[in-house]
Amino acid sequence: MSIVDARHKAGHDEAEGAAPGKVMAEFLQLVFSGLTVGAVYALVALGFTLVYNASDVINFAQGDFVMIGGMGTVFLMAAGLALPVAAFIAILAAVLVGLLLHRLAIEPARGASPVSLIMITIGASIFIKGVAQLVFDKQFHSLPAFSGTTPIAIGGATLLPQSFWVIGGMLVLVLGLWVFLERTLIGKAVLATAANRLAAKLVGINVTVVLALAFGLSAAIGAVGGILVTPITLTRYDVGTLFALKGFAAAMVGGMGNPIGAVVGGLLIGLLEAFGAGYLSSTYKDAVAFVAILVVLLLMPQGLFGRRAVERV
Amino acid sequence: MLKRVLSSRLAVLVLLAAIIAVVPVLAPSSFYLRVAALVWIFALAALGLTILTGYAGQVSLGHAGFLGIGAYAVAVGPAKLGLDPLLSLLLGAVLCGLVAYAVGRPILRLKGYYLAIATLGFGLIVALVLTSESAVTGGPDGMQVPRMVLFGWRVSGVSTWYWITGGALLVGALLALNIQASPSGRALRALHDSEVAAAGVGVDVAKKKLAAFVLSAVFAGVAGSLLALMNGFITPDAAGFMHSIELVAMVIIGGLGSVVGAVVGAAFLVVLPQALTVLQEYEQAVLGLLIMVFMILLPAGIVPSLRRLLLERAA
Amino acid sequence: MTILQVEDLGITFGGLRAVDGVSFQVSLGEVFSIIGPNGAGKTTLFNLVTGIYRAGRGRIVLAGEDVTRVAPHLLVRRGMARTFQNLQIFFRMTALENVMVGNHLAERTSFLADLLSLPSVARQNVRTRARAMELLERVGLAHHADTTAGDLPYGVLKRLEIARALAADPKVLLLDEPAAGCNAVETEAIDRLIGQIARDGVAVVLIEHDMKLVMKISDRVLVLAHGRRLAEGPPRQVRSDPAVIAAYLGEHGAREADRAHG
Ligand SMILES: Nc1ncnc2c1ncn2[C@@H]1O[C@H](COP(=O)(O)OP(=O)(O)OP(=O)(O)O)[C@@H](O)[C@H]1O
Ligand SMILES: [Mg+2]
Repeated sequence: MSIVDARHKAGHDEAEGAAPGKVMAEFLQLVFSGLTVGAVYALVALGFTLVYNASDVINFAQGDFVMIGGMGTVFLMAAGLALPVAAFIAILAAVLVGLLLHRLAIEPARGASPVSLIMITIGASIFIKGVAQLVFDKQFHSLPAFSGTTPIAIGGATLLPQSFWVIGGMLVLVLGLWVFLERTLIGKAVLATAANRLAAKLVGINVTVVLALAFGLSAAIGAVGGILVTPITLTRYDVGTLFALKGFAAAMVGGMGNPIGAVVGGLLIGLLEAFGAGYLSSTYKDAVAFVAILVVLLLMPQGLFGRRAVERV
Repeated sequence: MLKRVLSSRLAVLVLLAAIIAVVPVLAPSSFYLRVAALVWIFALAALGLTILTGYAGQVSLGHAGFLGIGAYAVAVGPAKLGLDPLLSLLLGAVLCGLVAYAVGRPILRLKGYYLAIATLGFGLIVALVLTSESAVTGGPDGMQVPRMVLFGWRVSGVSTWYWITGGALLVGALLALNIQASPSGRALRALHDSEVAAAGVGVDVAKKKLAAFVLSAVFAGVAGSLLALMNGFITPDAAGFMHSIELVAMVIIGGLGSVVGAVVGAAFLVVLPQALTVLQEYEQAVLGLLIMVFMILLPAGIVPSLRRLLLERAA
Repeated sequence: MTILQVEDLGITFGGLRAVDGVSFQVSLGEVFSIIGPNGAGKTTLFNLVTGIYRAGRGRIVLAGEDVTRVAPHLLVRRGMARTFQNLQIFFRMTALENVMVGNHLAERTSFLADLLSLPSVARQNVRTRARAMELLERVGLAHHADTTAGDLPYGVLKRLEIARALAADPKVLLLDEPAAGCNAVETEAIDRLIGQIARDGVAVVLIEHDMKLVMKISDRVLVLAHGRRLAEGPPRQVRSDPAVIAAYLGEHGAREADRAHG
């Protein structure tokens, strides 16, 4: 169902009964592809987390930022722009969409029930896809790899240079986000709002601005993820749905609202999917991920890193 | 007085029956009848969610999964197992109930967003199975659904299906209304507002939620069977994520917890895309926009808002 | 006759010992009050006794049976009902329906019967409605029967919760600050109501900050501070206990007095 890592899978279907070295190589190969896709899930999960912490809203349109990043860059490059310029503009476009989403759909519905908020952001996601169909098209597209396609051999397995970009990009973004939140005044305002919205308001933090910032940032993070991964996985106007589902699942497995959990959850789901695809069935790899999520949720309702709280009565 | 009438079981049923009876008179062609029959089918599925989400407050983003199970039951049963279509429909409903029981038992412990993602995952898995097991289901291209034969009578034709689906909707509405005004319905609506308080007066919250989930799955399953039988053809798309979302949107746009609301919501979301096919390209954008606009501007839903307006006028 | 017996009950929240080894017993027909400063652990104690929180240690015995691990909805069957400090009202339902839900345990129907609306369901509805109406009258809310609970004022909802709990026909009734936020007239009505309930043979466990009310209607008073028992006994004895004056009046009472005067 997913087109994610479609190009990566080639080559490890004939591993049955192979020599120990080959088994190891196969394992490593799966780890690589799992971490690569997982890094993107982690970024989407991070976006969910940012918005959720600031507003308690789960933004189902989160995955569409990934699409805007990828598709935007594809079409801007087709228009003759260089990759960095195209990427930059695509990220700005995603941020703009994120801000508009917040201003036009989330702000007016403040205080609505979770079910309504779910439906609003799902409506937004459908809308964005609908517009993307018109602005872009309905075809699959790809981007050239940033630094060539010569596979790098590691322990018998191979790794595409682009995977380094994806995983490295994710690490840089996580680090940057951490510095922003912990080391800048406005970042601290975001954290304060996440911890206690009312108190933040009382000490003079403009909560609306903080929420807008969270939406903008999460859009940018998603878009970057989309740009980095498109050379590996292709993109289309509707790839956002699966990214949103996996990212959402990752955020939950990690413990909703916990940034470290989001990253670990993302990587974990990426790995599970890769192993599911490699060892069980590539058709059912989405199912493997979801079954794993169910197990985690049922055994640890708060997720891996969530605080275990007793609901107050 | 007006309030009594508006909320009486009989009034709702008479209103629905009247609408079902009048549409064929007004419909200029059989195309419109077909669309109306689709409305009744989706309204039936939405009514299941009225019980689950409207009464009991539990979200499901995977109910199209049950729609798909019901649909494929009447396709696979006769085609691969040689079963009678009507029996297949019943077996499909039972299967939906059993699957809902098995899936619901663990996941209904989850709340809010967690329940949303769990049900969503369930729907996704059903769609995946229907797409992948092509030996049985015909894969992504779908499969033919044999015509239903009732006591030697081959059921076909738009107007026949119109009356069958309309009748099914009426039965569904009757059941949903029955539940609402019963001890179980009160328990469901109570746990919607406060699970602790409901448990505090002896409501077995887990059991009631599960009962609502199973019932809503059966509604969706029967709707799916009817859809497949009427169309004579089915694809895994029936179980797709978009359909799950549309079902929830029907219930909320029409008015959460309102039986008439579910029908209005279904009419809205079924008729709209038909109207939009004229502007095919814009269909998805307009649909998304409308869902957003309704949620933001009319959070209570169409029917409850109209009702309030009517009562205020009268007062 | 002792109906509820709590032994050495305790729970911690991330290091905080919210309830720390509390024991007490309550008899049928008695009004047993629990007082203590804010955060003393009174509500937590109720949540433990009613099975909402899982006790870290200790034992709860109801009518001679150990019910320490029994789920909340099953405790009702054995005769325990409660109200909540932060209202847990069914806001979307009418006042009457709220109380009707309270009668849930006595309702002899099944989900299937309800679905098919068998004649037994209609009969059951009539019985439940009559009983709920009786209880609404008893707490003085009959005129609000058809009002949606979400539209009713706070003081009224406090009494509605009592009616709902009574509908479960409890032997032990736990009331968490029933008079909080009520005006003098409403408090007076609640005072009378609690007296009546106890006279009917129900054991009433009452958490309340209104000292006048507590001193007037309680048979015995338990004072909690920091999750522990500070004192227990008849109101007069507790009131003059130096430890109670220091801990309770010292923190809470002084603040109350300040507010009253300033
Ligand atoms: N679910 C919970 N999780 C974490 N801490 C809790 C929880 N419930 C209660 N507490 C803590 O336990 C302590 C006791 O709280 P509790 O509500 O029982 O006090 P109380 O005596 O009822 O106070 P009040 O008079 O204000 O109602 C408080 O410090 C509270 O913050
Ligand atoms: Mg309290």
